[in-house]
This record gives sequence, structure tokens and C-alpha cells, in this order.
Amino acid sequence: MADGETRPGEAAHDARAEGSGAAQVEIRNLEFFYGATRALKGITLDMPARQVTALIGPSGCGKSTLLRVLNRMYDLYPGQRATGEVLLDGINILDAAIDLNELRSRVGMVFQKPTPFPMSIYDNIAFGVKLHERLSRSQMDERVEWSLTRAALWEEVKDRLSSSSMGLSGGQQQRLCIARTIAVRPEVILLDEPTSALDPISTLRIEELIDELKRDFTIAIVTHNMQQAARCADQVALFYLGELVEIGSATQMFTAPRERRTQDYITGRFG
Amino acid sequence: MPVSRALHRRRRIVNLLGLTVATLATLFGLVWLVWILGVTLANGIGAVDAKLFTEMTPPPGESGGLLNAIVGSAIEIALGVLFGTPVGVMAGTWLAEYAQVRALAGTIRFLNDILLSAPSIVIGLFVYALVVRPSGHFSGWAGGVALALVLLPVVVRTSDETMRLVPATMREAALALGAPKWRMVTQVIWPAARTGISTGILLAIARISGETAPLLFTALNNQYWTVNPADPIANIPVVIFQFALSPYDQWHRLAWAGALLMTVVVLALSVGARAALRRSR
Repeated sequence: MADGETRPGEAAHDARAEGSGAAQVEIRNLEFFYGATRALKGITLDMPARQVTALIGPSGCGKSTLLRVLNRMYDLYPGQRATGEVLLDGINILDAAIDLNELRSRVGMVFQKPTPFPMSIYDNIAFGVKLHERLSRSQMDERVEWSLTRAALWEEVKDRLSSSSMGLSGGQQQRLCIARTIAVRPEVILLDEPTSALDPISTLRIEELIDELKRDFTIAIVTHNMQQAARCADQVALFYLGELVEIGSATQMFTAPRERRTQDYITGRFG
Repeated sequence: MPVSRALHRRRRIVNLLGLTVATLATLFGLVWLVWILGVTLANGIGAVDAKLFTEMTPPPGESGGLLNAIVGSAIEIALGVLFGTPVGVMAGTWLAEYAQVRALAGTIRFLNDILLSAPSIVIGLFVYALVVRPSGHFSGWAGGVALALVLLPVVVRTSDETMRLVPATMREAALALGAPKWRMVTQVIWPAARTGISTGILLAIARISGETAPLLFTALNNQYWTVNPADPIANIPVVIFQFALSPYDQWHRLAWAGALLMTVVVLALSVGARAALRRSR
């Protein structure tokens, strides 16, 4: 897993992590409907393994919708449906036979607002892990330490793991949510505007974290912040009114966009 | 400008009038409450002594206490909570988390609100017909069932409402980790709504502590010591009811003491519940 890293608890983790690993996501001709409204129109794009794909575009363009297709979160709500194909390592996750709980253990998600559960910091992490694995107490301790370390939160909370997560600051809560997500050891991590509720310092820490996490995970991030997309992403996809306008490397998108609409959006002329 | 000055003066007068009327109305309401509390305290406090908690309800003319009624009330309330709370919390959970058909949930909430305001004597008679008649005698079990029916709608409503206050993102966050729905509900939503649910239960306990009518037709009363719910069982509200109507002074004193005791318990529960709720918000 992590190359040459010697963080506490990680060595033991490496062996277990051998089987999993970042997955590649291929989206083919995806259409999404809220009732009769078509929110995504024939989307085709690839998210290469161990890369950060930023989804940008004005509000209502469908970028968050796309994220919620990738872990089938939309299944919660009657009247929402998707057609087309979303291949996770070659398997179509839109298939009705897919086990949603297993899918969500492979595709983790972090939300716009921090969503700590009303329990201790330790139990927040353990909650997700216990859903999918049976670990001994010491293995769980290791996993908690490992995930909090990866989320750059360990040093701040190691002395109060048993205190409530509600006492953490907003930025710490968001890193806790990231730790909770990676503790399940997913292959893909979806970040839905993860820093929009945070102050600039916390935002910076999360961005550094994303950079660090992409060595192990495939990451898709929705953001309204152009600088953030430029800083974090390997490739950037611009959506507008449910269509994929343009997709390219971050450098290309921000310096030499092919589409006029891309140029207009990133320079702030619409959106 | 003169016009504006007159207008402003008129407004000041109307404001003063409105304020006066509102204050008087508040005082009118408070007077009765203070009066009731004052009279209860004045008459009750003299009757409170050690015997109250150590001796049984006496026959006319003899001294005694309320021990059997205090213990009996505790048993009845405990039975009510035991029967009513699990059903209430489960029903509230179903309404808040599982009811997919909006119209059905709406209808059930409406019916629950009707049950909430149902006269408690109707509930007493209902349980009389349901439990007492078939079993052939009054019993503590029947009293527990009656109190559970009074408590149930309060718990259903507060659980339902507090669970619906838990943000949807909390549910999504739990499901996004791959949690099945029942785990999401029991391990995330219940803890998140815990304070609200327990406040509801406390308020419901306060409500059933003073209920007389449901017990009158079910647990009845018992002059003697018993902790067996299969027997008729003594309880404070019915003892107050019987003793207050009697011609004996000693019984009157005990009725006042019982009234004071119950008022203090209910007040403490209500204040405690509200304080807990405020602290959690």
C-alpha cells in the first residue's frame, strides 16, 4: 500500500490491504432521471485509478448527481433512476443485482457538511469497519490509528479517542469523516464539496490530504472552487446542464481549454 | 409634524392597553396555578412525616402512611413504561424512518394525536372491558396496560419528531459506509435522537403519574401491602380520590400528603426533562 511509509499501525495493515487497491471507474452513456427530469445526459468518461478527478460546473449542472450515482446513493429516493453503464473494475454497478452495502464498502463518500455520528471518535471509525470485517480489539485499535493518521488527525485526537466526536472543530470533524471513510479501505473515494463548510486553514489541510490519499485511492471530487480543482486534480471535467462539456488534464483545462464554455466558466464569465 | 405626533401617541396608548390586557391574562392564568400549588403545599406539608413512607394506608380513625400506595404507584408506572415505551419508540421509528407512503404515515400521526388527547377515563373503561372483565378481577397488570395506553401516544409522537429532526445527511453518511438500514437506525439515528426520546419518556411518565381514571377501573386500590400485579394494587391517585371523598380527617391529611408528593414528583420530572432537552440543544 503506502510506499516506504512507516506510520504507526501501517505495517500490519499493508498485508491485509494487498487484495484491494484503487479501482478504475468507466462511465458509459450514463443518463440520470429525477422523476421525468433528465439530470445527466449521455455522460461518458473515465476516472483512472490513483488519480483525482475534479467535477466542476455551475450549481445544478449534475456533478453532485454523478457522484451519487457512483455509490448508488440515489437508490434511497424513489423516483430517481440511472441508465447506461458505470463500470467499477469492469463490473457494472448499476446492475440491479449489485449488493449496495458491498458496493458502498468499495466506494466511500465524504459529504459537504461534516457528518460525525453522535458517538466517540473511536466508535465513529469502528462503526464502518465493523460493518464489513471482524477485527480483534487490537486490530481495531490499529485500524483506527492508521486511518486517523492517514487523515492527518491522529496527533490531535490520540489522547481523547473515547470522547465525543461532537466536540471537534468543523475541520477536525471533516477529517474524522475522511478517516472513517478510508478505514473501510474503499477503492474509490467520493468527495462532495468537502471543504465548502471549512475555513481556509482546514481547507488547505484537506487538500494536502487529498494529494496524499490519491497514492492509494481513486478520488472524485466535486468542487465550486477553481483553485482547488487546479491544485488537487489530475483531470478536470466540466459539466453544464447535465452534459459533459469537456474533460482533460488539469493543466490543459486551465491553460488551454478546447471549448469556449470551459474558458468562460473558469474565468468566471458564467456560472 | 402634528399628525404624526397624534398617531404616535395613539399607538403608545394602544400598545399600553394591549400590554396591560396581556399581562392581566397571564396573571389570571398564573393565579390558579400558584393557588393550587400553595394550597397543596400548605395542607400537605403538615401531613408529611416519616410514617408516610413506612406505614400502610390506615382504616378510618387510625394513623398510618402511604407506603403501599407509593410502592403500588411505582409498580404501576414501571409497568406502564415497560409495556408502552418499546412499542412507542418502535412505532415512532417506523413513522420517521420506514413509512414510505406519505398518506399512511399522515393518517397514523393524526390517529395518534387523537389518542394523545383521548379522555383517560375512556382508556380506563377500554382496558376494563379488555382485561378486567375477561380475567374476572381488578389487577395491577390491567393498570399497567391502561397507563401504557396513556403513555404510548406521547412516546410515539416525541420519538417520531426527534428522529425526523436528525439531518438526512447523517442517514446518508451511515448508508454511504455500507451500513444496512437497521444498523443506521439503531446505531446512528437512535443515539442522535436519544435526548429527545428520553425527554419524551420522562414527560410521559410525568403524565401517567397523576392519572386516576385509568387506574380506577383497572388496578382499583388495595388497603393492604402487595407487590403482586395479579392483585388489585394500591396507588396514590386512587387513594387520594377515595380519601379526599371520605369524612375522616386523618384520611384527608393523607390525601393532601399524597397530592403534595405527586405534585413534587411530577414537577421534578417535568423540570428535569426540559432541562435535559435544553442542555442537548
